[in-house]
Amino acid sequence: MTAALLEVKNLRVEFPTRHATLVALDDVSFDIAPGEILGVVGESGAGKSLTGAAIIGLLDPPGRVAAGEIRFDGKRIDNLPYDAMRKIRGRHIGAIFQDPLTSLNPLYTVGRQLVETIQTHLSVSADEARRRAIKLLQETGIPAAEQRIDQFPHQFSGGMRQRVVIALALAAEPKLIVADEPTTALDVSIQAQIISLLKRLCKDHGAAVMLVTHDMGVIAETCDRVAVMYAGRIAEIGPVHDVIHSPAHPYTVGLMGSIPAMDEDRERLLQIDGAMPRLTAIPTGCAFHPRCPKVFGRCHVERPNLMPAQATRAACWLHSADMQAAA
Amino acid sequence: MSAVTSTAAPLVEVGDLSKTFDVSPPWLNRVIERKPRQFVHAVDGVSFSIERGKTLALVGESGCGKSTVARLLVGLYAPTRGKVRFDGTETTEALRSSAALALRRRMQMIFQDPYASLNPRWKVADIVGEPLKEHGLLAPDDGKTRSVRAADLKTHVAELLRSVGLAPADAEKFPHQFSGGQRQRISIARALATQPEFLVCDEPTSALDVSVQAQVLNIMKDLQRKQGLTYLFISHNLAVVRHVSDQVGVMYLGRLVELADKAELFAQPRHPYTRMLLDAIPDIHMSGRSRTPVQGEVPNPLNPPSGCTFHPRCPHANARCKQERPALLQIKGVQIACHAVEEGRI
Repeated sequence: MTAALLEVKNLRVEFPTRHATLVALDDVSFDIAPGEILGVVGESGAGKSLTGAAIIGLLDPPGRVAAGEIRFDGKRIDNLPYDAMRKIRGRHIGAIFQDPLTSLNPLYTVGRQLVETIQTHLSVSADEARRRAIKLLQETGIPAAEQRIDQFPHQFSGGMRQRVVIALALAAEPKLIVADEPTTALDVSIQAQIISLLKRLCKDHGAAVMLVTHDMGVIAETCDRVAVMYAGRIAEIGPVHDVIHSPAHPYTVGLMGSIPAMDEDRERLLQIDGAMPRLTAIPTGCAFHPRCPKVFGRCHVERPNLMPAQATRAACWLHSADMQAAA
Repeated sequence: MSAVTSTAAPLVEVGDLSKTFDVSPPWLNRVIERKPRQFVHAVDGVSFSIERGKTLALVGESGCGKSTVARLLVGLYAPTRGKVRFDGTETTEALRSSAALALRRRMQMIFQDPYASLNPRWKVADIVGEPLKEHGLLAPDDGKTRSVRAADLKTHVAELLRSVGLAPADAEKFPHQFSGGQRQRISIARALATQPEFLVCDEPTSALDVSVQAQVLNIMKDLQRKQGLTYLFISHNLAVVRHVSDQVGVMYLGRLVELADKAELFAQPRHPYTRMLLDAIPDIHMSGRSRTPVQGEVPNPLNPPSGCTFHPRCPHANARCKQERPALLQIKGVQIACHAVEEGRI
């Protein structure tokens, strides 16, 4: 097995508050191989964006990494001081956020922002940086890049801005890109363009991607592997095809069944009753047990870890050795 | 139901509906900077009808005018041109007359954002009970005491909450005590309070997570079956539209470009824009498929392209498309506005 580019081990993120310490991420472990696209999917509040923020070192205080470690290229990055992390962020790990308007500075031209990013991370001359910036804009499919580079973000449409943000993320040739809902704010026709662009560019540049989204369709088309998150933990992780077509965790089964599909007619959608628990009231045992149709004794008391289940790995006691032996 | 005998007549008929918004700069700027007046044709000549007990879905990208159509239908905007007929009555006139209250009772609206459409300072009982009081739908006030009337209201509200899968005890809570999906159910209960025949749903599930979206869509379908409701369903999500609708209208820059039965539209999309939309949606069962991304973006509605507004993005556009605006024509059982389809080029 090739060495993983990013290794996340038993990551725990806490938010200390006056009343109690909220555990937003608990025992999250996964890795990303060089050039791989890992999807992270889940409903709002599942902790998917937080996982991305923890990796790029941008947790909002008072949030903090309380336990576990994050290794990038073999080196620990979760305990680095702010300045050291700044050198990694952008240079080695690029980030793309949801809203392309707020991730660009409205007072600087697009070119100035690109050149600044390139010169911060790579030692090149101003002319060379500008040449690279134009090339990046061309690569992301912005027409007339030589003219557009001197325009301001407000002169670009939503889809074009997201292209600029992708160009910015790729500017220093990072090995990993953390993309947090990169297409959520865009219309479907633009979303398709951006997804295929992201996929192609990361392949060309050899960058691995951690794609955070709530849209299973986007995951299905883009990713190699997918992690399904629920209430701050990974419920299931595995190759995209297996997770979608033969999910092992009851939550994943429910999630897949609740998505209206384009190629089949159903009178009713499968529904998971109830809602995701709040951080202040995470149930004991398996966090999904109050909503789970297959709940049994052990689920109420003991928290399952990821265990092999069919072609994937799922955190569910149904797949424990005892249950498998009994079946 | 009331005196409804003519089953053939559609419940809602919309003819040549248009809404223009004046977005001109202020008068002083126009005079000093010599800027012209500017208008956005948010909805431009839209016609359709909805049969009783059916669902018409309008789909399109942001800014295509679908929400404006919804608001025109319930009378939140007055149309610039065109007519809305509800059960034979023209609504624009009726909503200004003394019959307005009776008409409003029969059509209700569900909004997109359940966090913004419920008053945070009101209890659920007040939110759901308000339409009952406003429309005088409680048992006639024949000398009953206050307490009897209050009990009446309480039973009604409890019944409404139960119909959307909430508990009667929830009536005493405030909106902030509910999750997004539960709030959307409160909105539905409020809309159902007046026993409407027609519900306009403007992106009712867009703000919700998928598992919660499934709950809300299931409730909406159950209610339609039980109470014979007619829906106008606005959405940008084609998979959801396919699940709930009977007929689908596709809008682009304020106009209907294709209107067809659901099965027909999804099996055989004809308009190039419909094809493009269907091609663009990511689907969970298409793992590994590379889809054809569409070129270009929606043009600025302030300055729409000449002729067919879709021509700059259309692979089948020719000289005629650039000059002449296609009308919505009946071609092989579906309504479609495209020169290429009309001429049999595609």
